Amino acid sequence: MIINHPLLGPRDAAEFVYLGDAALINRPDRSADNAADAFYEYMYLRDNPAGELRELWYHEQGDRSWLVVTRNTLTHEISKVELARDVAMASGRNR
Amino acid sequence: MSQINRISDGLIDRTRTITFAFNDQRYSGHAGDTLASALLANGVKVVGRSFKYHRPRGVFSAGNEEPNALVELRRGAYQEPNTRATVAELFDGMHARSQNHRGPLGFDFMAINDYLSPFLSAGFYYKTFMWPKAFWEKLYEPVIRASAGLGSLSGQPDPDTYDKGFLHTDILIVGAGPAGLAAALTAGESGARVIIADDDFRPGGRLNAETLSVNDMSGAQWSRQTLATLNAMDNVRLMTRTTVYGAFDHGIYGALERKTDHLTSSDAAPRQVLWRIYAKRSIVCAGATERAIAFGNNDRPGIMLAGAVRAYANRWGVSAGKRVAVFTNNDDGWRTATDLVDKGVEVSGVIDTRNIPAPASVPGASIVMGASVVNTAGRSGLHTLTLSNGQTLKADCLAVSGGWSPNVHLSCHQRGRPVWNEAQACFVPGGELPLGMHIAGAANGSLSLSAAITSGSDVTAQVLTSLDIPVAKTPSIKAEDEPTNIKAFWHVKQSTKRCWIDLQNDVTTKDIGVSHQDGFHSVEHVKRYTTLGMATDQGKTSNVLGLAIMAEHAGKTIPETGTTIFRPPYTPVPIGALAGRSRGKDFKPTRLTPSHAWAEERGAEFVETGNWLRAQWFALPGETHWRQTVDREVSQTRNSVGVCDVSTLGKIDIQGSDAAEFLDRVYANTFSTLAVGKVRYGLMLREDGIVMDDGTTARLDEHHYVMTTTTANAVSVFRHMEFCRQCLWPGLDVQLISATEQWAQFAVAGPNARKLLSNIVDDEYPIDNESFPFMACGNVTVCGGTAGRLFRISFSGELAYEIAVPSRFGNSMMEALIEAGKDYQAIPYGTEALGVMRVEKGHAAGNELTGQTTAANLGLGRMVSKKKDCIGNVLSEREGLNTDNDLQLVGFKPVNTGTALSAGAHFVRTGQSAITANDEGWMTSVAYSPSLGHSIGLGFIQNGQDRIGETLTAADPLRGNSTTVEIVSPHFIDPEGERLRG
Repeated sequence: MIINHPLLGPRDAAEFVYLGDAALINRPDRSADNAADAFYEYMYLRDNPAGELRELWYHEQGDRSWLVVTRNTLTHEISKVELARDVAMASGRNR
Repeated sequence: MSQINRISDGLIDRTRTITFAFNDQRYSGHAGDTLASALLANGVKVVGRSFKYHRPRGVFSAGNEEPNALVELRRGAYQEPNTRATVAELFDGMHARSQNHRGPLGFDFMAINDYLSPFLSAGFYYKTFMWPKAFWEKLYEPVIRASAGLGSLSGQPDPDTYDKGFLHTDILIVGAGPAGLAAALTAGESGARVIIADDDFRPGGRLNAETLSVNDMSGAQWSRQTLATLNAMDNVRLMTRTTVYGAFDHGIYGALERKTDHLTSSDAAPRQVLWRIYAKRSIVCAGATERAIAFGNNDRPGIMLAGAVRAYANRWGVSAGKRVAVFTNNDDGWRTATDLVDKGVEVSGVIDTRNIPAPASVPGASIVMGASVVNTAGRSGLHTLTLSNGQTLKADCLAVSGGWSPNVHLSCHQRGRPVWNEAQACFVPGGELPLGMHIAGAANGSLSLSAAITSGSDVTAQVLTSLDIPVAKTPSIKAEDEPTNIKAFWHVKQSTKRCWIDLQNDVTTKDIGVSHQDGFHSVEHVKRYTTLGMATDQGKTSNVLGLAIMAEHAGKTIPETGTTIFRPPYTPVPIGALAGRSRGKDFKPTRLTPSHAWAEERGAEFVETGNWLRAQWFALPGETHWRQTVDREVSQTRNSVGVCDVSTLGKIDIQGSDAAEFLDRVYANTFSTLAVGKVRYGLMLREDGIVMDDGTTARLDEHHYVMTTTTANAVSVFRHMEFCRQCLWPGLDVQLISATEQWAQFAVAGPNARKLLSNIVDDEYPIDNESFPFMACGNVTVCGGTAGRLFRISFSGELAYEIAVPSRFGNSMMEALIEAGKDYQAIPYGTEALGVMRVEKGHAAGNELTGQTTAANLGLGRMVSKKKDCIGNVLSEREGLNTDNDLQLVGFKPVNTGTALSAGAHFVRTGQSAITANDEGWMTSVAYSPSLGHSIGLGFIQNGQDRIGETLTAADPLRGNSTTVEIVSPHFIDPEGERLRG
């Protein structure tokens, strides 16, 4: 596969390490009332869709960017590649 | 016997004679021959035995689709099984052996199977070897395994080398036949970057095998001229002997280039190169493969594909027989008859299943329209045919054409399915093609020469336009448009004899029937049940025929029946080529420590730890056992001073105004409170609450920390921290970089460590206990001005420091340290002594940090802060990880101190039997402690900390021993830590 890195252009998937569902960005708030349940769901309950999935890839053999890659799990078509940092910021994560 | 079937012309070099051996018999051929063409030229009819029935078999095709002529090529360690004689380029001194027979090729003892064939039909194994169950392993399986398979391996390591390579291109053209050459001309002239790959050593495809003309010259001549034109273009890379074997995601193609297979010896050059080709577009011009017709005894040597018989005559100057007959359902088959007659070969008859006027005249041949071949005779070579009208015909070669199947394989490698074209009686590429792929020529159903060439140019023009490359005006190519009419005909139903579909796997029409009766109706099931289309040829000549007959049985149409899934590789790829250089010790990189050269000079024994090679111990002359050496290294370190290279530990440099905050979140304990110039032990959890790693982190400045990780987790911890930094807290001002490779670091341990280091660290950096106490750190200079870092940390439990210098000084630093400690008999120690001393101190290491243990298990539960948010602290509080009888890390010693403990032993209460139900924990690490004079161990046991003093049994049923042990504190040496603070 080829991942079109937002900063470096098209790179072979062999340069990356795969983590999984990009929902891992949404780490729950420890101070919330239901923190224990929220962390349990965050850690263990994930969707496994046949189709488009947003997933985390790490450019370990490159610039060490974490990317959010939108990939169709049936066809391997990659429709979007974003810096995970931008995705995290856009979803309200900061410090 | 010398080349009795050689006829005139052909594209071989008759001035160069090549000698070779087949089954130890010497023969000669010419440059340009394949092993198959040379064997046919020499009149060799039987080249192998069939897989199941051990029937004699001859050459069937003239290309990579060959099901029969598989040989063991070369000798000794170079021997390669299942090599297709039809694509093996003849070289001087070639040695080939036929396969799959016991005894000589002419008399195979296993041919008895042929007489047992009524019992050996589809599903035979499944139905026959059902019981008794115990017979499977002992009898059935060994016998089946011994009689199955084709060629044999040498059993020796492959002495050849293989390489891998990467190529990028605008357009990859697969196949250099008429369509591929036309495509390459258009693309090349237009200035696109082009790779054109062809699996033959003589590109041109069917142009070399036919007598059809292009631009008023022979097809072979035009292809030679075109190849010269392409070779002169800088933007075109022509790759011969290169098979594009797979179409992978996003325009990536796998190709195998055979570099030296056509030479007597590789002569140290890589034998094959496995290419990964990145192509913006590809044009698959892979041609078509002819298929046979199923009729009685259609597997005899001499029965061949019509296009192959024609190719041997036209390209190789070989007549496959003295008297040839043709059996066809299409116009193409007739050209075999006319070409052979033109070359003066006797054609005894042409049998056409179609009831139409004969499409050509064949002087001397008896023409039988609307008829078929019902049976053949001739045990080790064809001599008579029986036709459906009762007529018999003499022939030692029967050229069969059931039509041509486009090579759709690459178009289907992303699970695409081809579509059935009724008029041409073939599957053509259809549905969704792999990204950027286009198909041209016969592969797309353009079966005539002129149609193929036009399609090659036209498709290329479209492709260039899609790449925004202007299409150069190229002169049009004039080619013959030969007739290709066909009427599908699959199976001669009047035949009462066995009719083969798949020659390689001995699958007959009867097997398809049995399979249908047994309830296997899906094509994928029929494939597995009958083995139709398996093995090296993957059914290239048989799949469509098999499907058609399957459809007849099921009363369905061919499109309703469908095809099996096509998967890479298109043709076999040797495992050696896939491995490339990654063999033996080159399988993974070897990382050497900075002091490796010094250790090697000292005669160190090395041990692999991950990719690292570390000194395990340094034996002195006279030491005969490793324990002697390790005991000495431990004692000398504890009594005076020892030095150990610890550079393999991961080092991560952390800087930024939020560095402290960041560390508070990735570590379970707190680092923002750490004073500048101090070091702290840190415990890192995974988000699920399990311990991930541990190490020490030094605060060099307000906003500058240096973290160490364990050797094993250096990479994964860094990856995890980057995840935390970029994905979880992107707003924190913190930067990370791995500095593992940049710093050489040495532990200097023992009561004389400070004295030794005072000879190394420059005087302006005082290191006395007051100025540089336990857990101090700082920048220093060493050996008169070389920048370094000093950490007062101790893994051994002794007064100890770790000194770091830039890696390039590592080797000399090791030497300087030992020299500086000469007065104290300073010694180097290896990983083994390091391990003994850490067990003596009760430190957890890899055996304890298993990815299943919590901080509480390790006795470090109080380190997990409850006040702040950090990775893992929420889930570490889960009920399941905090039960009343959790495992806890404690020490163990044998009650009888003369006994050695064993790691992996499980603890049961005294008197209880060693069964799972009684299991209370296990021993993780053991060592002989020279300091205590007996064996010691660490281990996890339920509620261990409350059970100090208890004795119980450490049972090790695997090694057959059982030891009475006492639970003790894990801190065997200096539990108060007085030495390391001294």
